[in-house]
Amino acid sequence: MAELIKATNLKKYFETPRGTLHAVDDISFSIDRGKTMGVVGESGCGKSTLGRTMIHLLESSGGTIHFEGEDVTRVNSGKLRKLRENMQIIFQDPYSSLNPRMTVEQTIMEPLTISGRFNKRDRIQETARIMDMVGIDRRLRLSYPHELDGGRRQRVGIGRALALNPKFIVCDEPVSALDVSIQAQILNLLQDLQSSNELTYMFVTHDLSVVRHISDDICVMYLGHLVETCSSKELFRNPLHPYTKALLSAVPSANIHKQQQRVILEGEITSPINPKPGCRFASRCKFVKEDCHQAQKLVEIAPGHSVSCCRVKEINNL
Amino acid sequence: MDDVLEMGRSMNKNETAETWKRQSQLGIVAKRIAKNPTALIGFIFLVLLVLMAVFAPYIAPYDYTEQNLMNTRSAPSLENPFGTDELGRDVMSRVIYGSRYSLSIGILSVLLGTSIGMFFGAIAGYFGGTVDNIIMRFIDILQSIPGTLLAITVSVVLGPGYFNSMLALSIGAIPMSVRLLRASILGIRGEEYLEAATSINARTHRIILRHIIPNTFAPILVSGTMMIGHVILSAAMLSFIGLGIQPPMPEWGSMIAGGRNLIRSCPHIVTFPGIFIMIAVLSINLFGDGLRDALDPKLKK
Repeated sequence: MAELIKATNLKKYFETPRGTLHAVDDISFSIDRGKTMGVVGESGCGKSTLGRTMIHLLESSGGTIHFEGEDVTRVNSGKLRKLRENMQIIFQDPYSSLNPRMTVEQTIMEPLTISGRFNKRDRIQETARIMDMVGIDRRLRLSYPHELDGGRRQRVGIGRALALNPKFIVCDEPVSALDVSIQAQILNLLQDLQSSNELTYMFVTHDLSVVRHISDDICVMYLGHLVETCSSKELFRNPLHPYTKALLSAVPSANIHKQQQRVILEGEITSPINPKPGCRFASRCKFVKEDCHQAQKLVEIAPGHSVSCCRVKEINNL
Repeated sequence: MDDVLEMGRSMNKNETAETWKRQSQLGIVAKRIAKNPTALIGFIFLVLLVLMAVFAPYIAPYDYTEQNLMNTRSAPSLENPFGTDELGRDVMSRVIYGSRYSLSIGILSVLLGTSIGMFFGAIAGYFGGTVDNIIMRFIDILQSIPGTLLAITVSVVLGPGYFNSMLALSIGAIPMSVRLLRASILGIRGEEYLEAATSINARTHRIILRHIIPNTFAPILVSGTMMIGHVILSAAMLSFIGLGIQPPMPEWGSMIAGGRNLIRSCPHIVTFPGIFIMIAVLSINLFGDGLRDALDPKLKK
């Protein structure tokens, strides 16, 4: 069975004083074992919420999540504890994701302590092994987070996530708070760990060059909706949804002879609070028509390439 | 970064990467306090005061109830270094014995009040919502009664005495610590390390004790040490109106209260207990400040 985790019609709504905020609305996808699924979209489109809902840091409002073929949407606390050992998260901000009063060693050791599977000597050894694995010098074990630079801090966060040998990891913009030279190091580390530990990643980011580098498949989100999903290569070669096109046209190119056609989006993002049915991108889409205000379905246009747009064929002359 | 690398180098001289020699948390804190002169002075004075309280019967030249009616209100002399009071009792002996009551009532009631306050503050701040509302409205009620009046009321209900005044005074320390802890918890509630703790299966009590309290207790530590001085004075007030520690037990506050009529003719009766209250409050504050800094890894030099 290749599929490790699968979401079906997953929903996450938040109740706010002004109405219901649809952060994740009716999203279905699956990730194969050992693969990386990139989730891209602009700020506030619900991609981090999706990641947190997948690993039960947030309770889903509807839909189902299957992990290794088992329905884990609603689990009791005992099962949830087991499940969490298999699903971990790497956070965006390495300055906020580490407890400032715990040393590197304490932070990495904590999941081992909580799991109760190791005695003290094993814990210390295991912590040393994890520190080697994520590339933190052992002499930094008694350092506090504020004494480390962003890259090292992020390595500590990765070490904590990997401590219990999880199978599935949500990377919530793990490199967006780092500068570019460190970004490459961390991305390479994540890829190395993926092959050595057989990890499956859900890689949430707004950085398209990062997602292109690391992902096998990509989901494009817009305001809680999944607008397009396909393999990474296909998406960059042949984007079909108008939003994806606009998004990709914003990627700077190093080739000065290539004429870039920049799609400038106009209008404001519609509010995710009590949204109307229909395409959420409609208010900014230049191809908008009457049909766009009806509920949209994710339709498979080509094998493995699904788009949620009723006019996709007309627009792309398919 | 530089000092970390330096630290790493100096460590490597003594040990290889494989020897996992570690320092206890207490050892590190003790070392940092030793490096901070003001905190060290506070600590030394505090230890001296505690030793004085513990060994009072061996240090005091006279018993605290021993009256010498032939020698009342005498000025400090070799025989009575701090002089005698209106009943001819040796002020120095009474001050020494008084440290037992004043110090313990100050420290214990603040500890008790702050512990209760922190428990409810942590619950209110962490869980929020209805629980928070209920706790905070109760604290509002508690805080709307003036502290002195509250202590008097509780003392009247419980009756006078050492233990009861301690209880009465500890209630006054609750609202402040609840508010302080709750406010600091609200400040760190969005931090990702708390979410990370949830994701590695930490239970609620572990999250509160290991992740929230260590990052929020600094203001409580400072206000707590400040409050000790305040409580020592409030204890004096209770004794003064006859609800606190009962005479002839010596207690610094009640000694000052008792001697206040004679402040013009015999100032030594109020001066010496006053000086000791000041020393106690000051040393506790200095030590508390130093302790806060020592416990904060970011202030490490």
